[in-house]
Amino acid sequence: MAGGTEDIEALIDIMAKLPGLGPRSARRAVLHLIKKRALLMQPLADAMTQVAATARECLTCGNIGTSDTCSICSDSERANGQICVVEDVADLWAMERGHAFKGRYHVLGGTLSALDDVGPEELRIPKLLDRIRSDGISEIILALNATVDGQTTAHYIAGELEGSGVTVSSLAQGVPVGGELDYLDDGTISAALRARKAF
Amino acid sequence: MDWRDEGVLLAVRKHGESAAIIEVFTPSRGRHAGVVRGGAGRRMAPVLQPGAQLDVAWRARLEDHLGAYTVEPLQGRAAEVMGDPLALAGLTAVCSLLTFCLPEREPHPELYARSIALLDALGAAQWGYAYLRWELALLDEMGFGLDLSACAVTGKNDDLAYISPRTGRAVTRTGAGDWADRLLPLPASLLGRSDAGAEDVLSGLSVTGHFLSGHLARALGEKPLPAARQRFVDRLARGQTRP
Repeated sequence: MAGGTEDIEALIDIMAKLPGLGPRSARRAVLHLIKKRALLMQPLADAMTQVAATARECLTCGNIGTSDTCSICSDSERANGQICVVEDVADLWAMERGHAFKGRYHVLGGTLSALDDVGPEELRIPKLLDRIRSDGISEIILALNATVDGQTTAHYIAGELEGSGVTVSSLAQGVPVGGELDYLDDGTISAALRARKAF
Repeated sequence: MDWRDEGVLLAVRKHGESAAIIEVFTPSRGRHAGVVRGGAGRRMAPVLQPGAQLDVAWRARLEDHLGAYTVEPLQGRAAEVMGDPLALAGLTAVCSLLTFCLPEREPHPELYARSIALLDALGAAQWGYAYLRWELALLDEMGFGLDLSACAVTGKNDDLAYISPRTGRAVTRTGAGDWADRLLPLPASLLGRSDAGAEDVLSGLSVTGHFLSGHLARALGEKPLPAARQRFVDRLARGQTRP
């Protein structure tokens, strides 16, 4: 690139660090933004400045919003006694996309991991137990990933809640919508078979 | 440089956006790491779960390079045990202890065979006892084996009741004398009594835990034992105390 473009290079370098982007795609994106400066770049810069100043973790559930209590936790209609436990904010947003769950959430911020030495204290598990005690929760739905670490975490939480009187459930495992059996891995097929129901 | 073998997947770590660095325990190459291109993707996620039996082909320009794996699944184990907290805790304990203890690229074919037999029996009755025997074999393979064949003091092999926390040698009741309170109790499960109860197995795990953390982990640089082992022991104890 010609000289005198250090600021643009710096922007490209930052953009290249974003997920899904590499140096070449970051360069294309920056060039596109520069071409659409008024229409795209300035509003983007304003929005980013605004979000950078206001984005924060919800003190109750760990969701990301622009106030200390997120819109889900402050919605009184969602106080139905159910908490859906997810690993990450991205999982919470995925659940919300489906509009299927009408209760509240709790973001753990990760899973127990033997490899990375992540224990219960590093996650928001103590905070979850506090919420269950103080908010009159009747059901915990464990929506954790179907991985060894995800399910280890789920069993740990279920163990902690044993004898508390709270119903603990988890998401079903099996054939995804649009899934073809021929393309499924053996583990998913056997999990689906074990979780079969009357038809 | 390239080779092909089968092995059990011990650990997976995301590398960049779509790749993963995996650690595989193979019979001829020991614990061996390598990159799997696309290993963090949706297609490979069910395959790359700890405990999976894989057919792996490793390739690198030089032998000391990290190298890249291509993997084919032979047998998944995680999906079978995800609903069973004790078996899942056992699987995690085995994989994390092997990752913790084994030096890289050093073959341990006997330990490999024992580990596969243990993982194949996951969830079976008396699995806790099998796990205890496996920990004994692990200690032995790492050079911290217990000598429970005869008393370190009298040389006799009947009435063995204690074990020295320092040397790992068995001691009889008479041989212990006034030193008994400084020795670890020797449960029947460590002497090969497969009919030993769950409480006895837990006592055995307490002894192996002492040697794993106090001797083996110390030799590896004072690193703490993986928490997954304690979670398995706690889970086993909970099963024992549940009404």
